[in-house]
Amino acid sequence: MNAVQQYIELYKSQKNLIDTHSSEVMNGLRDEAVALLESRGLPSLKDEEHRRTDIESIYAPDYGLNLGRIEIEVNPYEVFRCDVPNLSTLLYFVVNDSFYKSVQPAAAKLPDGVLVGSLREMSVKYPGLVSRYYGRIADMKRDGTVALNTAFAQDGFFLYVPDGMVLEKPIQLVNILQGNVDFMVNRRLLIVVGKGAQAKLLVCDHSDDAAVKFLSSQVCEIFVDDDAVFDYYDMEESSENTTKVASVFVRQGARSNVLVNGIVLHNGVTRSNYYTEFAGEHAELSLCGMAIVDKEQSVDTYTFIDHAVSHCHSNELFKYVLNDSARGSFAGRILVRHGAQKTEAYQSNKNLCASPLAKMYTKPQLEIYADDVKCSHGATVGQLDQNALFYMRSRGIPEAEARMLLMFAFTNDVIEQVRLDALKDRLRQLVEKRFRGELAKCSGCRACR
Amino acid sequence: MKQDNPNEILNDVTSNDYKYGFVTEIETDIIPNGLNEDIIRHISQKKGEPEWLLEFRLKAYAHWKTLEMPHWAHLTIPEIDYQAISYYAAPKTKVAPKSLDEVDPELRKTFDKLGISLEEQMKLSGIAVDAVMDSVSVRTTFREKLAELGVIFCSFSEAVKDYPDLVKRYLGSVVSYRDNFFAALNSAVFSDGSFVYIPKGVRCPMELSTYFRINAANTGQFERTLIVADDDSYVSYLEGCTAPMRDENQLHAAIVEIVVHDRAEVKYSTVQNWYPGDKEGKGGIYNFVTKRGMCKGDHSKLSWTQVETGSAITWKYPSCVLAGDHSVGEFYSVAVTNNFQQADTGTKMIHIGKNTRSTIVSKGISAGRSQNSYRGLVKVLPDAENARNFTQCDSLLLSSDCGAHTFPYMEILNDTAVVEHEATTSKINEDQIFYCNQRGISTEDAVGLIVNGYAKEVMNKLPMEFAVEAQKLLQISLEGSVG
Repeated sequence: MNAVQQYIELYKSQKNLIDTHSSEVMNGLRDEAVALLESRGLPSLKDEEHRRTDIESIYAPDYGLNLGRIEIEVNPYEVFRCDVPNLSTLLYFVVNDSFYKSVQPAAAKLPDGVLVGSLREMSVKYPGLVSRYYGRIADMKRDGTVALNTAFAQDGFFLYVPDGMVLEKPIQLVNILQGNVDFMVNRRLLIVVGKGAQAKLLVCDHSDDAAVKFLSSQVCEIFVDDDAVFDYYDMEESSENTTKVASVFVRQGARSNVLVNGIVLHNGVTRSNYYTEFAGEHAELSLCGMAIVDKEQSVDTYTFIDHAVSHCHSNELFKYVLNDSARGSFAGRILVRHGAQKTEAYQSNKNLCASPLAKMYTKPQLEIYADDVKCSHGATVGQLDQNALFYMRSRGIPEAEARMLLMFAFTNDVIEQVRLDALKDRLRQLVEKRFRGELAKCSGCRACR
Repeated sequence: MKQDNPNEILNDVTSNDYKYGFVTEIETDIIPNGLNEDIIRHISQKKGEPEWLLEFRLKAYAHWKTLEMPHWAHLTIPEIDYQAISYYAAPKTKVAPKSLDEVDPELRKTFDKLGISLEEQMKLSGIAVDAVMDSVSVRTTFREKLAELGVIFCSFSEAVKDYPDLVKRYLGSVVSYRDNFFAALNSAVFSDGSFVYIPKGVRCPMELSTYFRINAANTGQFERTLIVADDDSYVSYLEGCTAPMRDENQLHAAIVEIVVHDRAEVKYSTVQNWYPGDKEGKGGIYNFVTKRGMCKGDHSKLSWTQVETGSAITWKYPSCVLAGDHSVGEFYSVAVTNNFQQADTGTKMIHIGKNTRSTIVSKGISAGRSQNSYRGLVKVLPDAENARNFTQCDSLLLSSDCGAHTFPYMEILNDTAVVEHEATTSKINEDQIFYCNQRGISTEDAVGLIVNGYAKEVMNKLPMEFAVEAQKLLQISLEGSVG
């Protein structure tokens, strides 16, 4: 029995249990998802878009799934205190794939009409609203992992910002992986930002126990309506035993402005897909990310920016630093459809190979079917500038320190994209710590004490 | 006024017909359509080939049968019936001509129309021409002069007869018959081609050139070129082609293999102007070519330059395997597509040796409803210390219905490598056109100037004799729209 069949069997035998602990809206898509999974399977290494991460073998081990939704006793504050100094966020937790209710910021802080909370609960309370968005852009046909996630996801995080509402405070979501057996989670995020609304979401991923193997599957759908502004920061900082397969789908309305920034500081295997789509004219997207990987870690990013309408602007920047035997892969596709005139699309992927065994695969792609456009992509793979290193050393900076400074400067471009000063400072600190070989976890949490 | 509406001018692209479309009526010797072992034996027998070459063909055919036509390219290829093609066509010349007078006058006229009159070339330009028409070499010139230096420049079949050891040693050493679908097909049925051997320390005094033409209807042409440059030698090889107008699509699956030894240098230039099909996208040549050079020796250098204006479908990736230390690979390309043409072309640079360098400059120009893709691979293997690559691929779009795409792959397995890739896509800058207009240059001429300037970086790499033809081709291809 291969990996896919194993999940299909599990689904068929446990369908009732899965449905009972979820909501009607989420259950509605399951059968279709399983049928797709059955007919198409998971992506294999032969697929052009999955040549560098073996998805089938990632899903093959026998992971536990918490289908019965057994409550795990945890004090998230004890596990992790990732508050950003000078940045008061509204902090929420998702433990494994369940929204953690026990600790929540006072609801009074939220302006009227803003909904934040458990996806399952919200879809029971507001089925009309959630069903209008849930599963609408997460294309299951595109990728078997999305179908698998849709089949098994029972809960997750939901954020709704009504039209015209400007959320001053950033919202922070901390995903915690905790368990004492090898464990798989299927998490779902749904974000809806109404017309002219503004919001910022910071998502951090952490795992509690470095000895347990986790497979974390996350599908995030982001709807940004006309004239809205939305920032999405995703920071990955777990253990080497964690594998994350994440897909982010974004649909942007006219004149909207979206920033997506994915930062991988520490993780075993990371496969991230970003699919973004312009549904209205004059929209702007900034898609960026960075990864610092070492040891046997691997990071694989696939991005697809669909310029379906004219007058849109996208800017893409990804930077990797690879140490030890790390493997990096980047594939970025920009599609400018017929008639999408006046498109501007820029893409850049820069990589630093800092050790002889590090491997980098990069594959930028431009597909253009309109003539009045400005598009470019650039990709580089190289090392630290020897002259710069020598210059610093000749001024008394030890080599290790000089290397670190240069690597830090290299990644700083991505941090500069962050539109929150306090978070920028915090990220700089975390990145510096990461380069020093320390776990970037803040000093307050249990793992570091 | 025409320049008031640049779009109209751009759309005029289609108004230009293929200037080289004519059929020469020569008796041709065609074997029945279809492909099977008997046909291969038949081809081999007709050419009087030794046993080992027949075995090579049969092995390739056996392997080809296990393969499927590749579909990964950004091309829409109509179904090809490989059994409906005749795999061998040779002009019937009973005795090999000893002088120009003996060459079939019809054939001579054809070459004259193409602008490659043999006598003129012999007298004036000093180029040795190995004219290939429908797969069999008709005539080779300057043989004696080259022979003095020990340079071998002859048709492939002659090489098999006269220099079997050399052919045996190098045939398939760069492009194995197992390489890909079309390479296997070519290895099984190749009819003829050119063979070049430059001995140690010889600098070939003239540019070697060959013209390919497809002539008889319904015959695929399967050329095979093998170039070997021994230690410290140098050769510049030119390949150019034009084909007559046809309604039915014709398949061309050629192989070019180049072996470059220590400190040797090979320059391979191509101007490809085959029948691209008519304005409605009917007809045209399918050009599925495997070209690869092996920089075997230290300090060796291989340079590909191509100007691609013809063919309905182009599938072509001239590549360099940089095996020797300090070896250098270069790829310069201008690809123009118009009407319904499709091109998926680029290069592969495989860095194996230490201190290897490669440069890729690709310029794509798409007009009409054509699709033009650059696809390239830069691979640095773990032992290739200090590899260096620079890639630049630019695309120019001349109409709102065409497409320009880039698919570069970079696989870097060594941390000392420095690899850069840059790509831009844009339409012709309106400010530049306006500037020219202001100074009394019509929009047509302005666009011509800009396109020429855009492609200049590559054109400059062509040998003089070719640059003229290439510039003409560029103009013809885009005449009405930009030229």
